[in-house]
Amino acid sequence: MRQGANRIVAAPAQIVIDRVSHTYRPARGRPVLALDNVSLEVRDREFVALLGPSGCGKSTLLYLIGGFLPVEAGAIRVDDRPIAGPGPDRGIVFQHFALFPWKTVRQNILYGLEKQGMASEERQRRAREFIDLVGLTGFEDSYPAQLSGGMKQRAAIARTLAIDPHILLMDEPFGALDAQTRNLMQVELLRIWQRSRKTVIFVTHDVQEAVLLAERIAVMSARPGHIKEIVEARFDKEDPGLTRSQPFVEMVDHVWNLVRGEAILAQRSGAG
Amino acid sequence: MALDQSQATAPGTLGRPPVRVPEFFAPARLLAGLWRYLPLVLLALAWEAATRLGVISPAELPALDKVGSAWWGLLAGGDLGDNTFISLSRAVAGLAAAIALGVPLGVMMAWSKPVRTVFNPIVQAFYPMPKSALIPVVVLWLGFGSASKILMIFIGCMLPITLSAFNGARGTDQVLIWSARSLGASRLATLTQVVLPGALPEILAGIRTAIAFAFVLLVSTELIVARHGLGYMIGWLGDGGVYDAMFAVVLTVAALGFLADRSFLLLMKRVLRWRE
Repeated sequence: MRQGANRIVAAPAQIVIDRVSHTYRPARGRPVLALDNVSLEVRDREFVALLGPSGCGKSTLLYLIGGFLPVEAGAIRVDDRPIAGPGPDRGIVFQHFALFPWKTVRQNILYGLEKQGMASEERQRRAREFIDLVGLTGFEDSYPAQLSGGMKQRAAIARTLAIDPHILLMDEPFGALDAQTRNLMQVELLRIWQRSRKTVIFVTHDVQEAVLLAERIAVMSARPGHIKEIVEARFDKEDPGLTRSQPFVEMVDHVWNLVRGEAILAQRSGAG
Repeated sequence: MALDQSQATAPGTLGRPPVRVPEFFAPARLLAGLWRYLPLVLLALAWEAATRLGVISPAELPALDKVGSAWWGLLAGGDLGDNTFISLSRAVAGLAAAIALGVPLGVMMAWSKPVRTVFNPIVQAFYPMPKSALIPVVVLWLGFGSASKILMIFIGCMLPITLSAFNGARGTDQVLIWSARSLGASRLATLTQVVLPGALPEILAGIRTAIAFAFVLLVSTELIVARHGLGYMIGWLGDGGVYDAMFAVVLTVAALGFLADRSFLLLMKRVLRWRE
């Protein structure tokens, strides 16, 4: 992809995953090969989905990029530097929100801003801005336990976006929400992404969600996980009739066919 | 919206704004409180009736009104106040030391494997040991004064607090630590800003248990060897055959324990109000 010195024309790969394998070692039982020789390049400002059946290692790959797990075999480079632990350049949103339950919505968002060493007034202003962005105005002083699942995830997204990470890692962020809330949140995420244009890596097992949100979809195989195929899904995301359009439906069908065999395999190995 | 309107037009109390009454004085609450402790009142009445009717001889169980006047006498003479102060100071000192050492030790045991490897067997072995067995040893070391009482309370309270902090910290959700780290918190910061507050519900529950232990150890240590304190008063009055006064001190200890527990429970609810 790199074409000499002209970096503006061809966006360089911001995240380079180079032949990464990962072995999961449970406290009891045999070690499990979770990722097997995975390579993937994600360009600056790109929205990539990691799609696969449960247990295919897609979350493990995300945690490796996040720096939460050590890279043992292969290499991952972000902006040409190997990963050394977690950092605010890579924000993460988890499936179960991971809000600090003893902090209010506002305090949760302020926490990250404090860690960035931002001045007090600026912190307050920015917290208000992001509370407003995710539509939680009026709930600033609520504790997470007082919020619905959708509101918790909005708060978590606001907390992550507020520190302005270059890369947004999302680990099945809408997996714990009901179908209607999930649809609304998907639309909102697209809106936010189009406005802020961050690099997004989005883990999901929902084919329709992957095709709707991502520009490229890395379809992963059942355990041990490796990338089976990378599918381009560049649609006009702002078209309200997109999900009913013929190309979209065909793309969902195509990706679903790729995933189906793996899902069956994953089920068999899970039962065995 | 529809619900609001139906409430506004409905007859009766639904549409009325609630009258704000300070919680403590709300008659309904006061009544509910009385009702809850009715069995206690009945027990007191049964006690008084049993002694008055001669079912139990006053030598074995003095009448409640005698105990009451003895209590008043002890209070007016200053003995009760002085010894209560001494006993409570010992309890507070022992508990404070147990919290100050037990919480960091428990959290560090969860955080660091070397610390866990060293301390876990020690904590596990000493936890079920009856601490009162150590009273003679501790008195031998520290003598008859306050120091031996404080050390006994410290020993008895430290382990439940350590274990609760250990369990609470060990139960910290991994993704909370990861979130904090990716928001820019250092490893050390996640210990005090994520692991510790996350473990707080368990720590406070452990301290509540420890408060009960503190009273048990306080009174039993003072009973055996002391020159001051409520336990010493109970023993001294009992030996002298002044049973109504002895019972007055016993009831004082019971009431203090109850009050300490209730106040701590209120504090817990306030601190943990985020839990819903």
